[in-house]
Amino acid sequence: MSLIDLANPTRFLALSARVLPWLVAATIILLTIGLYQSAYAPDDYQQGATVKIMFIHVPNAWLSMFVWGVMSVASLGTLVWRHPLADVAAKAAAPIGASFTFLALLTGSLWGRPMWGTYWEWDARLTSVLILFLMYLGLMALWRAVEDPSRAARAAAVLTLVGALNLPIIKFSVDWWNTLHQPASVMRMGGSTLDKSFLIPLLVMAIAFTLLFVTLHIAAMRNEILRRRVRSLQMMQASRVAFSSDVGTASRQESASKGVA
Amino acid sequence: MTISLGPYASFIVTSYAAAAIVVALLIGWVIIDYRNQTARLRELERSGVTRRSGRSAVDTPKTTI
Repeated sequence: MSLIDLANPTRFLALSARVLPWLVAATIILLTIGLYQSAYAPDDYQQGATVKIMFIHVPNAWLSMFVWGVMSVASLGTLVWRHPLADVAAKAAAPIGASFTFLALLTGSLWGRPMWGTYWEWDARLTSVLILFLMYLGLMALWRAVEDPSRAARAAAVLTLVGALNLPIIKFSVDWWNTLHQPASVMRMGGSTLDKSFLIPLLVMAIAFTLLFVTLHIAAMRNEILRRRVRSLQMMQASRVAFSSDVGTASRQESASKGVA
Repeated sequence: MTISLGPYASFIVTSYAAAAIVVALLIGWVIIDYRNQTARLRELERSGVTRRSGRSAVDTPKTTI
């Protein structure tokens, strides 16, 4: 089966129904392993046990940007290739991405209080992630505001691609500006600065959360396809009702005019 | 082997609890939305509105979510 075949929503529904149980199982297994490893990871020599917040904060922070990246690719699919599932994918990803971004902000804030002495600081990293969160909310509002899904898809695709400019700003904000947030310690030139006892649980949790996103995204895409089918069937039903009432009115008028004649 | 969370245990526990709640809400949203959409499709099909292809709009009724 080629990638083009998957563009057919019916085929996507059939294939995703087969894949989803495996994805759910893999996510549960990896999350269980990741949480176990996180629980028994050693304390950091500076941060103590608060380092455990990293295992939940960093995967959510990565996913906040990754999901917008997925939406950007889907937006290209909407605008350039008019792929039938592209705007379905973009729309379904937005609430999930907003949730991960909210968690990144919340857990970062809870990690910041004991480590920095403050829940919030208007520095480049924190502010740019807050802007990302607001953009997710704006995108969700746009999808709800425009009734026609294809018109909403084009507007949302443009907004998503403009918003993608924020991703490099978030990533490099810790290098470009003097911020309270620490610089990159995993994905950096010269390798990770994290000890294996922290790095392995962090990577397992990152993969587990990525699998969680893929699982939720596929399930939400299926729901969006079904929602569009409901909409088109409701429109068919409404047009049938309108047609039958038109026919009824016309026949009544015809019989009335015959009666007069 | 017990887990010692030190003096900032409340921050750690709140972080994990918040993540658990948000993930549970996401899972609940996906499941409830699926049930709502399939119920509405079945209702429309029962009222005689079908797709032009003639196939059921609920293509995978055996799916658990």
